[in-house]
Amino acid sequence: MSKKKYCEKFSVPEHLTVPLGACIPAPVKEQRAMITGNWRTERPVIDHEKCNLCLNCFIFCPDSSWHLDEEEEKMVWNADFCKGCLLCVAECDVDCLDAENELNFKGGVVRLDKPY
Amino acid sequence: MAKAVETQNLERVKSVRRVPQEEYYVPGHRTCQGCGPALCYKLVSKATGPDSIFLGPTGCMYVANTSYLCSPFAYPWMHTQITNAGAVASGVEAAYQVLIRKGKYKGKLPNIVVMGGDGGSIDIGLQAMSGMMYRGHDALFIMYDNESYANTGIQTSPMSPYGANTTFTPPGKAIPEGKVLFPKDAPQMVIGGHPAVKYVATASLAYPVDLINKVRKGLNVVGPTFIHIHCPCPKGWLFDADKTIEVAKLAIETGMWVNYEWEEGEYTYQHTPKEYTPVKEYMKTQERFSHLTDEHIAKMQAFIDAKLKAPGKPVPLPVTSPRESV
Ligand SMILES: Cc1ncc(C[n+]2csc(CCOP(=O)(O)OP(=O)(O)O)c2C)c(N)n1
Ligand code: SF4
Ligand code: SF4
Ligand code: SF4
Ligand SMILES: [Mg+2]
Repeated sequence: MSKKKYCEKFSVPEHLTVPLGACIPAPVKEQRAMITGNWRTERPVIDHEKCNLCLNCFIFCPDSSWHLDEEEEKMVWNADFCKGCLLCVAECDVDCLDAENELNFKGGVVRLDKPY
Repeated sequence: MAKAVETQNLERVKSVRRVPQEEYYVPGHRTCQGCGPALCYKLVSKATGPDSIFLGPTGCMYVANTSYLCSPFAYPWMHTQITNAGAVASGVEAAYQVLIRKGKYKGKLPNIVVMGGDGGSIDIGLQAMSGMMYRGHDALFIMYDNESYANTGIQTSPMSPYGANTTFTPPGKAIPEGKVLFPKDAPQMVIGGHPAVKYVATASLAYPVDLINKVRKGLNVVGPTFIHIHCPCPKGWLFDADKTIEVAKLAIETGMWVNYEWEEGEYTYQHTPKEYTPVKEYMKTQERFSHLTDEHIAKMQAFIDAKLKAPGKPVPLPVTSPRESV
């Protein structure tokens, strides 16, 4: 609503209104405007054979980067947002997560398409 | 005709398996690696679900989450001043009550949740929080406790423990222990002074299902509720980012933190260890305590021992005011 319309509708004198700070759209599943995968120096690597689906990685990841694929019955990692804190590696029930250096991977660290 | 206000009735989750896979605090935020308060936000959001309105007073969970005009909140969320989250929540709740009563809003009363830091809840935000509790608004006030004014560079807060090295309590020749004072007891302040409050709880990141259920219980209660959540902060407490849960667990094992619920006068305790580990083991995990001598640690242990006689209740504590000669 424009400021003028707002003032008319609620009979507020225009000089008494405060400008709205900012209104921004809510994200749906991910906030793609804030990719954090490029913070990592190490990443968690899973051994699906050993994983017992205890879900510790899912529940403890502050960056919501582990989810259970219910159909496949296996854990899925989100490379775009995992910051590499390695909390999941520390909390894994059966030690099936290992920390590996980012540089060992072909894609390496996830880079932003456009730097800030 | 005035309509009855229908409120939320959230189900109890039985195990991690039953915790929703959906995220309402989505990935894509600028909190530090291993951030305890961020994990707290994620778990609280899983508990509330999308029919919720969150209020975020200034602090890490405002600034680091909503940098550069983007936010990780999939539900309506609004920033409040660090001082007035309780007042804004009161206004939101009162507005919904009226809209529902007049039939202008058809849904249930949404979950109205404040996620306040320790500063924004029990120090600089205390007056507004207390007002919300006093007037009996149907909202949940969560104090995510990272034991400092973290966002401005880890300054001491009334929740910073005795002996903590913070930017405002650096240990030195004159004051070797760093922080001299012992912390406030936040839940006791809410319980003791607000007759409208029926439910107060403490929770820990080390027990996420318990945390989720306490949030749901708090939301199901009609009226104001308060939950104090222990949130280790790797940046401020100076430990490695993968140790957040280890530190949270050790806090419970040493009695530095006690999980309990208070319902209309009755206390129940959760996760009480059979035998408490010496508090030294907890303090060893964090650089902020690394300057302390055995004498200081003994003082902390005496404080914890006294508190553990009746956790969450007023008990005489071996604490002297800095104005008294020691
Ligand atoms: C009235 C006022 N004083 C000071 C500040 C500066 N300030 C911004 S965030 C912050 C720290 C808040 O601490 P807390 O509520 O514990 O949240 P945390 O950052 O620890 O998550 C301070 C002091 C402010 N925004 N407003
Ligand atoms: S390393 Fe940290 S951010 Fe990455 S998936 Fe594990 S817990 Fe999440
Ligand atoms: S913590 Fe380990 S065992 Fe548990 S679900 Fe994750 S990868 Fe599997
Ligand atoms: S300073 Fe602490 S609370 Fe703030 S974002 Fe970093 S880890 Fe989280
Ligand atoms: Mg704080």
